[in-house]
Amino acid sequence: MLVSSNWLQELIDISSYTPEELAEIITKTGIEVESVTPVAEGVSGVVVGHVQSCVQHPNADKLSLCQVDVGEETLQIVCGAPNIAEGQQVAVAKPGAVLPGNFKIKKTKLRGEESNGMICSLQELGVNEKDVPKEFADGIFVFPENVKAGADALSLLNLDDKVIELGLTPNRSDALSMAGVAYEVAAAIDGEYELQEEDVPYSNEAAGDFISVEVEDKQANPYYGAFIIKDIKIGASPLWMRNRLTAAGIRPINNVVDITNYVLLEYGQPLHAFDYDRFNSDRIVTRRARDGEMITTLDNQKRELKDHHLVITNGDEAHAIAGVMGGAKSEVQEDTKTLILEAAYFEPSVVRQASKDHGLRSESSNRFEKGVDPNRVERAGKRACELLAKYASGTVLKGAVSVDELDRSENKVSIETSVINDRLGTSITNEEIADILRRLQFSYEQHGENFDVNIPTRRGDIELFEDMLEEVARIFGYDNLPYTLPQGSSQAGGLTLEQQLKRKVKSYFEGAGLHETITYSLTPKERSQMLVSPEIKRQAKSPVALAMPMSEDHSHLRLSMLPELLQSLSYNVARKQKDLSYYEVGTVFVSNEEQVTRQPNEILRASGALTGTWISHPWQQEKKEVDFYVVKGIVEGLSAQLDLSFTYEKTKIPHMHPGRTALVKSGDKEIGFIGQVHPKLQKELGLKDTYVFDLNAEELFAQYTKEEAFQAIPRYPSVSRDIALVVDEQITSAAITDTISEAGAPLVKDVRVFDVYQGEHLPDGKKSLAFNLLYLDPHRTLKDEEVEEAHDKILTAVKDQHDAELRG
Amino acid sequence: MKERLEELKQEALEKVSKSENVQSLKDVRVEYLGKKGPITEVLRGMGKLSKEERPVIGQLANEVRESIAAAIDTKQTRLEDQELEKQLESESIDVTLPGRPVRVGGPHLLTSIVEEIEDLFIGMGFEIKEGPEVETDYFNFEALNLPKGHPARDMQDSFYITEELLLRTHTSPVQARTMGQKNGNEPVKMICPGKVYRRDTDDATHSHQFTQLEGLLVDKHVRMSDLKGVLNAFAKQMFGAERDIRLRPSFFPFTEPSVEMDISCKVCEGRGCSVCKGTGWIEILGAGMVHPNVLEMAGYDPKEYSGFAFGMGPERIAMLKYGVDDIRNFYTNDIRFLEQYHKA
Repeated sequence: MLVSSNWLQELIDISSYTPEELAEIITKTGIEVESVTPVAEGVSGVVVGHVQSCVQHPNADKLSLCQVDVGEETLQIVCGAPNIAEGQQVAVAKPGAVLPGNFKIKKTKLRGEESNGMICSLQELGVNEKDVPKEFADGIFVFPENVKAGADALSLLNLDDKVIELGLTPNRSDALSMAGVAYEVAAAIDGEYELQEEDVPYSNEAAGDFISVEVEDKQANPYYGAFIIKDIKIGASPLWMRNRLTAAGIRPINNVVDITNYVLLEYGQPLHAFDYDRFNSDRIVTRRARDGEMITTLDNQKRELKDHHLVITNGDEAHAIAGVMGGAKSEVQEDTKTLILEAAYFEPSVVRQASKDHGLRSESSNRFEKGVDPNRVERAGKRACELLAKYASGTVLKGAVSVDELDRSENKVSIETSVINDRLGTSITNEEIADILRRLQFSYEQHGENFDVNIPTRRGDIELFEDMLEEVARIFGYDNLPYTLPQGSSQAGGLTLEQQLKRKVKSYFEGAGLHETITYSLTPKERSQMLVSPEIKRQAKSPVALAMPMSEDHSHLRLSMLPELLQSLSYNVARKQKDLSYYEVGTVFVSNEEQVTRQPNEILRASGALTGTWISHPWQQEKKEVDFYVVKGIVEGLSAQLDLSFTYEKTKIPHMHPGRTALVKSGDKEIGFIGQVHPKLQKELGLKDTYVFDLNAEELFAQYTKEEAFQAIPRYPSVSRDIALVVDEQITSAAITDTISEAGAPLVKDVRVFDVYQGEHLPDGKKSLAFNLLYLDPHRTLKDEEVEEAHDKILTAVKDQHDAELRG
Repeated sequence: MKERLEELKQEALEKVSKSENVQSLKDVRVEYLGKKGPITEVLRGMGKLSKEERPVIGQLANEVRESIAAAIDTKQTRLEDQELEKQLESESIDVTLPGRPVRVGGPHLLTSIVEEIEDLFIGMGFEIKEGPEVETDYFNFEALNLPKGHPARDMQDSFYITEELLLRTHTSPVQARTMGQKNGNEPVKMICPGKVYRRDTDDATHSHQFTQLEGLLVDKHVRMSDLKGVLNAFAKQMFGAERDIRLRPSFFPFTEPSVEMDISCKVCEGRGCSVCKGTGWIEILGAGMVHPNVLEMAGYDPKEYSGFAFGMGPERIAMLKYGVDDIRNFYTNDIRFLEQYHKA
């Protein structure tokens, strides 16, 4: 809502505040002021001039030479506007005047003729192009009425005004009118305001002889009033009205349209004027539209209606979509003589639906949607009649013709001072409450600390005790609330085990050299199905799709974070950032339904993607690219952090390198996978070798047990032995490690691979694996013979199970 | 014999002091203290001495032997030290060469902000609650006093999956769910951070996915002044002790009264500048007293229980605190952005 401070000043005395000070007060008591903007900044020295003569410039076709009376003197001015003419009253920037953009007017010569100033267009004075009336769009502005030569044109054009822009929350539709703003300001500054009574000069003729009103759906349209105004003379509206409309961002058109718009701004009540002759009927029937019924609206759009839309008809065809827009057929035109003026109450939801369906958001629909003041509907009609009589020479016929089932009763809300204080933490007195109610102009009955408050219908947002609590609190002032801390039952705040583990895992990854990322949950369809861990794939019927995505880029919920992580890597590599190690802990969305009807299972996963150089230490000739074992090391470190043991099995997953991908299990549970991204996908993304991991964090947390018992540090020495075995190259190190651990139990405590060799001195298809074994008995020192015995058992076992030979 | 011993001592000590390396010192040791050395020889000749003289000379011989040995030891230590020093000197390195790098990662700026806020409220006795990102229309809207057709639903146009399921537009449903679990007779003191989604076209100030962090306290006799006190404590810890807060009226369907909290602008100290658009204040969060309809739907009697709630956007806080000028930075994951905030 744009509020002209000059207009507001005429409603309520705000002269002791600058517009900026007032803005601060309004913001703190109720409605956020978004800006305070001068209508024309830095303009001065512009006066009214009377064009006494206007002749063709002797040396230029398109210029005119004018003698202009500016009060104290007559100036010769060269003017290039096509619409300049003798006898006009215009705005003249005299020499020394300043126009927007710090443009200074000086005496000059144009094509040999002296020019002492400039005759201005509205645009040159700083008025927005869109607010300039059409007739002045391509030329100078001409005053529509008599103004004195030499008078201050800026004030006549309201260019000395400042516009206060209110950012209205949906509950404060009462401030969508100047009257509402004035009530609000009156409460804020403890001023005085009341909406003045209308004074309509009715003629003796009765409107009822011209029109009848029928309403079919009284729920959707509880009040419909029609006024008839005859003898209308269409013309320009008075300057002050045009100025106010302009300040509010509404372009002046003609007196009838301007008056309905003016009353909309003043009362917050949208009105509509039909041309009586073009309406072509003496019956107004409001009804629900028929499916497929057509109407051409004022903007010359043909619109198809549905049976939930409400229309105003002449008994036959639709002439307006109720509360949204009028029809082109009965539009007020230059030759309009008689008006039907509609003042009605339409149900907010009906207007909202129609406005939404037709994509039409108008000043009118905006107000109906939020609910207009039922006590101001008819009054607004009267106010328009009053203005039409005055400024469009209209004759107002007696009595509005109406159907009226509108509830105009006031809400009643009871408040108790002690409850108010209990809720606010204040010690407000009964007297202070009474004073706040007086400022708000809410009438009430007081019984001790009980106030039964009558809520004026303009404040439809107040229904409950809490709504009144807010009224009292804001007028009392939030600055005056004390600072206290909650007194109630105390609890120890903290993190749950899962939340602690989530933090632990994140800081482990960060310590291990990974950067945390946050990617989008919504991805394109094809990406949502890529690089999905097998155990997720088995559960997920299909990725969860949005009903109406804004773009294909964000249309489906992810089943894996990897595709978006790879996108992030790709983004960086394209910007010459090549060594990257990213992780993300986030949810994937798994639905086991073909067609989603229930909330999907949201599973927390920990995923990572690494590419480029892992360690680069050139001057000591050390350089290591990211490889499978770098990523596996990070994952193994994670299992150590959580005291879980992971196993790895070779597997194949689409979009992953078929020879370098492993399924990860913790205990018997599949928890995800690690491996290299398929080189084809790497190439597509512009990535060098890239390795990823994707793990079910939730399952890891579930398996985690907080170790609380102390484990004694072994007191006896361990014995270390190395063996090198020659085996078939297909045999995995894990298989041999398992055999060694099993055969060597209980003495073998640890088995580690320390060398892998294949090549010279070994037969084709064979490899050598060297292991370091650690023997330990926690209760005594081991004897050599015992170790030998165990060692022999191990050698026999690996020979039996894997045909492994001790390497000579 | 006595003279001979003194003589030997002098001679040996002189050779020790002249020795310049460990080897020559070793020679001195063998020469004088070895089994074929002169002192041993002297001792062998002791049989010829009288009973009285024998212990005297024996003692003297031992003293001479010990003092020579001591001198050799001292000298040896000194020579070894010198040699070690020489060797170490030759091992000296260029300490200004770069070290072997250790890969260090770090948290995302939003995580740092969220965890900082979490810890701050944990300190005030709050718990952290989480909830699903795909929500039911009921918990996302209806339980929060936003029935179907409510105009405020326009304020947060949503990504629907079905008519009843959508990506949550705020973290408030977690509050509704948590309250609903309390049978209307237990207090709630929680914060809920999480991802939320709205139908916005991504640009410098809008993101279809962003983070929200909300708080809720429900108990008997919760006052609006408590909200002011808690928010003040939060603002001072998060933004600095010298920051002031102010509350001003606003509107949210799930709170009544509703307020916005501003903090005094750090850049201009409240005088007005471009950062605070000349007002001296910067909007940080929305808050209010829990709407009675919301309490009622969760099973509380709004006459007995009251509560406050607040909600903020960690992206906005990060943008204010660190001057990040484009919200898309949080989701592009440019390494040059991520690395800047690892100490945040």
